Amino acid sequence: MDVFLLSRIQFAFTIAFHYLFPPLSIGLGVLLVLMEARYLRSKDPLYLQMTRFWARIFGLIFALGVATGIVMEFQFGTNWSVYSRFVGDVFGSALAAEGIFAFFLESGFLAILLFGWERVKPRTHFFATCMVALGAHFSAVWIIVANSWQQTPAGHHVVGFGNTLRAEIVDFWQLVFNPSTLHRLSHSLAGAWQAGAFLVLSVSAFYLLRRRHVALSQAAFRIALPMAVIASLLQLVTGHQSALGVAVHQPAKLAAFEGHYAAEGPADMYLFGWVNEKEERVTFGLRIPAMLSWMVHGDTQAPVTGLRAFAPEARPPVQVVFQTYHLMVVLGMGLILLSLAALLLLLRSRLFAQRWLLWIFVFAVLGPQAANQLGWASAEIGRQPWIVQNLLKTRDAFSPNVSGGEILFSLALFFIVYTLLLLLFIYLLNDKIQHGPDDHTSMEGHRA
Amino acid sequence: MNLAFDLNTIWFFLVGVLFAGYAMLDGFDLGVGALHLFTRGDENRRILLNAIAPIWDGNEVWLVTGGGALFAAFPEVYATAFSGFYVAFMLLLFGLIFRAVAIEFRSKQPMIWWRKFWDISFSVSSILSSLLIGVALGNMAWGVPLDAQGQFQGSFWSLLHPYTLMVGICTVALFAMHGSIYLLLKTEGALQQQIREWTRSTIIVFVLCYISTTMFTLLYVPHMTDTIRATPLLFGVALVNMLWIANIPREIFHGREMRAFLSSCAAVLTLLLLFGIGTYPNLIYSASAPANSLTIYNAASSAKTLRIMLIIAACGVPMVLAYTGSIYWIFRGKVKLDSHSY
Repeated sequence: MDVFLLSRIQFAFTIAFHYLFPPLSIGLGVLLVLMEARYLRSKDPLYLQMTRFWARIFGLIFALGVATGIVMEFQFGTNWSVYSRFVGDVFGSALAAEGIFAFFLESGFLAILLFGWERVKPRTHFFATCMVALGAHFSAVWIIVANSWQQTPAGHHVVGFGNTLRAEIVDFWQLVFNPSTLHRLSHSLAGAWQAGAFLVLSVSAFYLLRRRHVALSQAAFRIALPMAVIASLLQLVTGHQSALGVAVHQPAKLAAFEGHYAAEGPADMYLFGWVNEKEERVTFGLRIPAMLSWMVHGDTQAPVTGLRAFAPEARPPVQVVFQTYHLMVVLGMGLILLSLAALLLLLRSRLFAQRWLLWIFVFAVLGPQAANQLGWASAEIGRQPWIVQNLLKTRDAFSPNVSGGEILFSLALFFIVYTLLLLLFIYLLNDKIQHGPDDHTSMEGHRA
Repeated sequence: MNLAFDLNTIWFFLVGVLFAGYAMLDGFDLGVGALHLFTRGDENRRILLNAIAPIWDGNEVWLVTGGGALFAAFPEVYATAFSGFYVAFMLLLFGLIFRAVAIEFRSKQPMIWWRKFWDISFSVSSILSSLLIGVALGNMAWGVPLDAQGQFQGSFWSLLHPYTLMVGICTVALFAMHGSIYLLLKTEGALQQQIREWTRSTIIVFVLCYISTTMFTLLYVPHMTDTIRATPLLFGVALVNMLWIANIPREIFHGREMRAFLSSCAAVLTLLLLFGIGTYPNLIYSASAPANSLTIYNAASSAKTLRIMLIIAACGVPMVLAYTGSIYWIFRGKVKLDSHSY
């Protein structure tokens, strides 16, 4: 089979699976800090119980994140050797910085967070929790710096010729703060906060519906819901900023997001639809005339670069980018509505009586997960055919000396092993949720 | 080949430090894994697991960061090694995945079949990972066929031959010894007594492997000794390495477990230092045509990147060492199972 295609399938599969976990640990990390801070201030054992319960779930999620993350670290080399040679000088330093600044911090202090309850003072423990959350955020920073450089390369120059081309650093800070870093980082982090917040909300809603751990679940709701609201609203802002950046730096991607072909303005926006790639237009859609022009330029008459400006082989696969992008936006809007509605009810002290809404929250945990996956899919597929925008094509970047059979072997193993891991993860997570928080007041107390 | 103290050599050293740190730290928890199935009884196995529970994850970060540093400093090597040794690295990755989840999952369910399954996963994946790491080192020493572009020309099976397998087995033995000495620090009573016997056997096995691998290297891999022959002072490293190894049974005999463990750490570090001196300035030696070897010069990133990373390392490494040290200090002493244990 085609080595190129297999390498892409393997990368997409392993990164999508990996990306189920880091957003949860980033979001849950923030919540653990909030919960434990609450405990330290109030000395209410309820919050200690809450923190310990979620710390255990954090441990499970983190383990899966580490196990699947180590694959990503080496897959650039195993399956994308031409790419690795090309970007090593710029990409590698971000990856090394991630290891030095993020992973060590996260995994080191995780030991105290999980196993140190009886070994250190409460304040030291809280410090460790903060460091774990900080480390989780740092890891997002560096990998997104590296990925953003692939989207909007800056601070480099290309040297060499033929198949020995490579990008070298000229200006480190330009590279780190390339045009898309901040938009994409804030957008991804807010997505991660949503993922963490909606996980806590989902489990708490489940307990409330079952009338178990009621006080604890209500308290957890009060901590996680504001975060869900803030993160969901932030998505609106950071998403818009991201799209504006894409319009400037990756016009083909924006055009694919919107299924926009025409070169002359005004450009319309579709709330949903089906792209007819042959006829180069969106069908069965709901159209807002001139909206795209207004969103991008603040002017309803201004033209927006359409896909016709690019040769067919220089365009990303439009349909899949259009659909993943639109689904992400729909999910994002839904999460805003849901969290705002819940917040209003909470402020009127009527939330916990709305069983139907709690049921929605039980399943809403899937919303941020799906939106995160879809958003990344549209961002990465939207960059095609480039692996590094305008510098290196994906088709030229894979490892030529690895055979299709070898990749088929590893891909099949990944598929089997990851399916097994997902089932085990859900089984153990469910087990922990069914077991519920331990009542630590009856056990040996926290060392004062 | 004489040593030159330029930027590339510094990065050769620093990448080496990361991998040596990995071998020294993850080495003992891999070794604990290798010995895991020899322990009888659920509680004893839990004690072994919890002896490494708080720290194994941080130890593995040394590998991840080493990989990142290799990618950044010597991208040609990263690309050639990982794509060239594809199947071997995939097996290593699956080994590390299974190991990570086995540690996390094992004690989460009480069923006997469940625990048995993860016990076997943990142990087999630890041994497999150690073996593959050793085989990779063996291939770096022995050399692999590279073409003029620095691409690997062999196959998975060509990586497995007597010398590389011998280095692999030697690595398993080294880690098992290192792990059993670590366990002496973390256990007490009857279990410690049993581990004391393992320590004796693993020392004997390791020393036998060490001697035969050294002889094999001297006889059949002469380029590994070029640098030492050119700079006789470096023979001191070999001597120091032997002394550290000899010191391990001595400390064990006197019942000074901490000093035995530190000697074992020093032995691992000096072994890797010797390995580094042997391969220098090559990173991947081309056995078919030495001119095609990937060296610290033709495989490196630009001087600018190396300088930037030196700053990153100078900021990051002291912090890493400080809190890694504190965490080992916090979790010092014998393992006591409690409600947070695995």
